[in-house]
Amino acid sequence: MEQTPTREQQLELYYFMRLNRALEERLERLVRQNQVVGGLYSSRGQEAISVGSAYALEPGDWIAPMVRNIGALLVRGFKPRDIFTQNMGRANSPTRGRDNASHFGDLGARHVVSPVSMLGDLIPVMTGVAMGARLLGQQRVAMTWIGDGGSSTGAFHEGLNFAAVQRAPLVLVIENNQWAYSTPVERQTRLRDLADRARAYGVTGSVVDGNDVLAVYRAAKQAADRARAGHGPVLIEAKTMRMRGHAQHDPAEYVPKKMLEYWKARDPIARYEHALAARGVMTARAKSAMDARIERELTDDVAFAEASPMPSSAEADAVASGVYCDGCHEIAPDWQRPKDELLPPKSMVEARWTVRDFGAIEERAPKHSAPKAAAAKRPAQKRTPRRAAAKSAKVRRARA
Amino acid sequence: MAETTYLEAIRQALDEEMAADTSVVLLGEDIGVYGGAFGATQGLLARYGWERVVDTPISETGIVGAAIGMSYTGLRPVAEMQFMDFIACCFEQLTNFAAKSHYRWGAPVPIVVRGPSGGGVHAGPFHSANPEMYFVHTPGLKVVCPATAYDAKGLLKSAIRDNNPVLFFEHKFLYRRIKEDLPAGDYSVPLGKAVVRREGRDLTIVSYAAMLHASLEAAGQLAGEGIEAEVVDLRTLLPLDRETILESVRKTNKLLVVHEDTRTGGIAGEIAAIVCAEAFDDLDGPIVRVTAPDAPVPSSPPLEESFLPNAAGIAHAARRMAHA
Repeated sequence: MEQTPTREQQLELYYFMRLNRALEERLERLVRQNQVVGGLYSSRGQEAISVGSAYALEPGDWIAPMVRNIGALLVRGFKPRDIFTQNMGRANSPTRGRDNASHFGDLGARHVVSPVSMLGDLIPVMTGVAMGARLLGQQRVAMTWIGDGGSSTGAFHEGLNFAAVQRAPLVLVIENNQWAYSTPVERQTRLRDLADRARAYGVTGSVVDGNDVLAVYRAAKQAADRARAGHGPVLIEAKTMRMRGHAQHDPAEYVPKKMLEYWKARDPIARYEHALAARGVMTARAKSAMDARIERELTDDVAFAEASPMPSSAEADAVASGVYCDGCHEIAPDWQRPKDELLPPKSMVEARWTVRDFGAIEERAPKHSAPKAAAAKRPAQKRTPRRAAAKSAKVRRARA
Repeated sequence: MAETTYLEAIRQALDEEMAADTSVVLLGEDIGVYGGAFGATQGLLARYGWERVVDTPISETGIVGAAIGMSYTGLRPVAEMQFMDFIACCFEQLTNFAAKSHYRWGAPVPIVVRGPSGGGVHAGPFHSANPEMYFVHTPGLKVVCPATAYDAKGLLKSAIRDNNPVLFFEHKFLYRRIKEDLPAGDYSVPLGKAVVRREGRDLTIVSYAAMLHASLEAAGQLAGEGIEAEVVDLRTLLPLDRETILESVRKTNKLLVVHEDTRTGGIAGEIAAIVCAEAFDDLDGPIVRVTAPDAPVPSSPPLEESFLPNAAGIAHAARRMAHA
């Protein structure tokens, strides 16, 4: 399968990253003007991850962004005005002023699930989306993101384990931006690579340079292809750096200056610009035309948001409406397979487990007391990859 | 026709809804091959297959999270808690994720989370709780507590067809102890509607779930003494059927609320507030509560018997009110 984006796609990746950054710069200005309701959680320096991974998906796939994934929202077709009105609490925002930040979604056309502030929750939820789509006979992948800090939550572990057991077509991207508010990653986990968490759940994991958009794109594409083909969830750790505070109010003086300088020299947008220019994909003229287009779009959409009304007094009076769905939404799943497969007699099975083996150590791998040469000669057991068998033998040796 | 137990009524509701709508799927621990810890899903895996009856890891957050996600694709998942005490493990998914979804961004969450609650079987502090009020305090959820086999079936069908997250608190004491003839064919009982189980003029007893039966037993004793108690079965705690409660109090002028849940923060306090605000002039005396004390459910039979409200205690309270 094609893992390298076309020339047009490479330019579009640049467009979305640049739009992501410029949009957040506008939002920072709006914060200073006291126009933003709630916090602003910058993704500066992490744009390659949001954009590169979301861009690797097919149109019908599902995403659940986190608060620092504005780039993914843009890739899925949300407009800057949606993000401006949402952050400014306007009546015409995606949540009509009921929630803030990137807390919005679109179940219909865009297949975007709204995040909540409780980190990790989206992982079991997107596992369910992936399982639901599969049951409906759709060839769809669900993708969500989590931070280094969020990977410490119970929901992360329950969700990833659940996805693994169900072999759900889920792609989980850990954005390791080194900091969870003021806490460095060493205080979240003893692991050097968060991708190692994948092994604990028996799923595929990989580490990618999160400041290289093409590397992120390729890893995400490969992961999505794998999940779509029915091989279960994939975990990708993208290494990056949070270049602002936790939110706009936080000067992040706890971050060593040298660390910021190190990562600034690896800025994902500057790097990509260089790469595109060096390969002749984007000329200086094309770049300035693109930048001008972005500025124009953002100026228009900020003006649109500023001219948008705050919720009216009638809407304020109706603040308790819409808590329940009283038939305002029609729920109609998009079946892509014959329903009779899921009804008797076709659905009928023998309700009985078949076990892989009896669970004893000696069924899986050579005994640790066996001579090395003999152990190596013995063929690997069925269903047990040779490497895993060797590894578990090694672990036992270490224990013995 | 053979009488149907409360437990079998639940199993029938699941079976019939799964047959009628392929969008209905089940998730839970030990619900498939084993058929559920109490047998509420017995035979359903064999009928509907591995894709629609999903045995899960011990992972309440995973189960409810996945149910929410499946519902976003248009399915109608029914998740089982092996015991409703364990719903505390997925409190977050229910209260922050599911309950706020429609209000925040217009995404309905048509899921049911069902399972056994309540005491009376000496199961101790972690298998006997009545955790319904944690969720009655959460706008966006619906909370159902059936007391009869007819209602268990009819309310579960309504819960599955509802477009909102519905928590369905079955009472394990009733599972095999009550049975009745159920109508052949499909029927449902609407959510949010209480029902008068026994007519009376001297006082109103409002209750639900297992305590409905204790209340009816007490009303029977009281009738022998010339006290006619009207007994209201709430059936749904959220939304609460205020009208049926108020109508009965306006008629009897006295209100006794009985619940197995602990006292502080129980539904009785909310009902008392509603009645004081809406029907104060109709009251002939203070509103009285008979509830479990503010303590965990103890395990040993003499302790649990002391902990749980019973017909004698209800009758005693009612007598004092009638003679006041």
